[in-house]
Amino acid sequence: MKKVEAVIKPFKLEDVKDALAEIGIDGMTVSEVKGYGRQKGHSELYRGAEYVVDFLPKIKMEMVVAEDMVEQVTSTIVEAARTGKIGDGKIFVSDIEKIIRIRTGETDEEAI
Amino acid sequence: MKKWLIALLLALPTFVFAEDTLDTGDTAWMMMSTALVLLMTPAGLALFYAGMTRSKNVLNTYAMVFGAFVVAFVVWIIAGYSIAFGTAESAAVQKVMGGFSNVFLNGIKWTDLSGTYPTYVFVAFQGTFAAITVAIAAGSVIERIKFSTWLVFVAIWGLVVYAPVAHMVWGGDGALLFDAGALDFAGGTVVHMNGGLAGLVLAILVGKRAGYPKSAMKPATVLLTALGAALLWFGWYGFNAGSAFGANAIAGVALLTTTIATAAAAITWMLAEWLVYKKPTLLGIATGAVAGLVAITPAAGFVSVGGAFIVGIVGTLFAFWGVTVLKKKLGYDDSLDAFGVHFLAGLFGALATGLLALKDNDLLWDGPLKESGDRMGQFMVQVESVVVVGLFTLIGTVVVYYIATALTGGSRVDEESESMGLDESVHGEKYINN
Repeated sequence: MKKVEAVIKPFKLEDVKDALAEIGIDGMTVSEVKGYGRQKGHSELYRGAEYVVDFLPKIKMEMVVAEDMVEQVTSTIVEAARTGKIGDGKIFVSDIEKIIRIRTGETDEEAI
Repeated sequence: MKKWLIALLLALPTFVFAEDTLDTGDTAWMMMSTALVLLMTPAGLALFYAGMTRSKNVLNTYAMVFGAFVVAFVVWIIAGYSIAFGTAESAAVQKVMGGFSNVFLNGIKWTDLSGTYPTYVFVAFQGTFAAITVAIAAGSVIERIKFSTWLVFVAIWGLVVYAPVAHMVWGGDGALLFDAGALDFAGGTVVHMNGGLAGLVLAILVGKRAGYPKSAMKPATVLLTALGAALLWFGWYGFNAGSAFGANAIAGVALLTTTIATAAAAITWMLAEWLVYKKPTLLGIATGAVAGLVAITPAAGFVSVGGAFIVGIVGTLFAFWGVTVLKKKLGYDDSLDAFGVHFLAGLFGALATGLLALKDNDLLWDGPLKESGDRMGQFMVQVESVVVVGLFTLIGTVVVYYIATALTGGSRVDEESESMGLDESVHGEKYINN
């Protein structure tokens, strides 16, 4: 079991979600986050006072998938979320030790 | 009886009582104007300022403006009106203040007229001016002054600074600047220079906000500020056209010049910003409009269409320079630019009125320009009026500040309250609850 975390541009959320739904990913957790990398921030201007905003709004999506799905999931996200411009985001893949579905008590692969 | 005699007899009362007849049109306009000027403070200025405040202090800023209005109005009725528009027995006193004969509106009957409309309406109309003037100063000291110090300051300042200044300029025969012939149609010196300078004095005495100017202090929502500017503009028709004291052609002049100067000023600020900072901001358009309104205030009933353009455009450039250059250079924390916008544009408008007022004795008030066409003399009177008002306000505001501070045990909120935000620490409220 692997967890796939993708930090993407907010306006790409719908595209990525639809693309993932097509390959059978039917659950994920999404949060609004802020951060910066190479894109850096932008500046805002109020009555001549310029403020540099370091942290940019991004969407972080998290989903746990079976080992054999990881390749397909990451390539789907890359394809759907890419604009080619700086700031498209990153994907992190990590191991998951255990999953439990609270309602039924099912564990691991059955609970994905 | 001969026809001409009948006509004369019928016309007689109009001649005899010309000064003392109630005119329903004038009365209706002055009551409406009072409501319009009222709207400028607890709605217009309050939103204009609150929108520019950081989101943890939005309600406190609004409360400072709303609170200033209600306290200043009550103080106006108690003694402010008497000091400003009463008549002192001693000629020396009458120069600067009107005395205490009309305290609590003593001696004014409901049937009394001020020209062609009830004196009661005049009292209320002028009260809205007194209240907005001190509310303007709030913008300089938001996010750190104690609410109690502020309200006590407002009450004393309304009597000790505003009322004498209004008296000196508008107080009628015997009043210092009125006698000199100062032209101030609706309050360039009395309201805007006065309130803006009081703001600067407070900003310096109370000190900077923690973190200023290093940390970003972003407006909670420019949207409310823009809406506030629009409401100020709307109310300003009462302020300027109402200062013609009747539904007449002079009010029409003021209404048009006010609109022209404001529109031209908003464009000017927008273009200046676009040129210098590469972006035309909504905050800039709103600020430019307010600067234009301020600049045209002393000139509204005196200048031509061309004059209105000049006053609006140059007045706004003054304010733009004050806000973007002067403030940074001198390093004071005039948080919402009461000084930069109100004082500087008001100062410019007051001086420009001397230069641009039309030589039209039906528009002019008594003064060198009206009496002998002496424009240089008129300009010097305008200079005298801004110097006198400036010095009086400067000294008076320092004194009132220290009295208010002493009465409330310090003028500043503690560090913890300031960093938490005054909405929660002072009022126990939040601007938005999710």
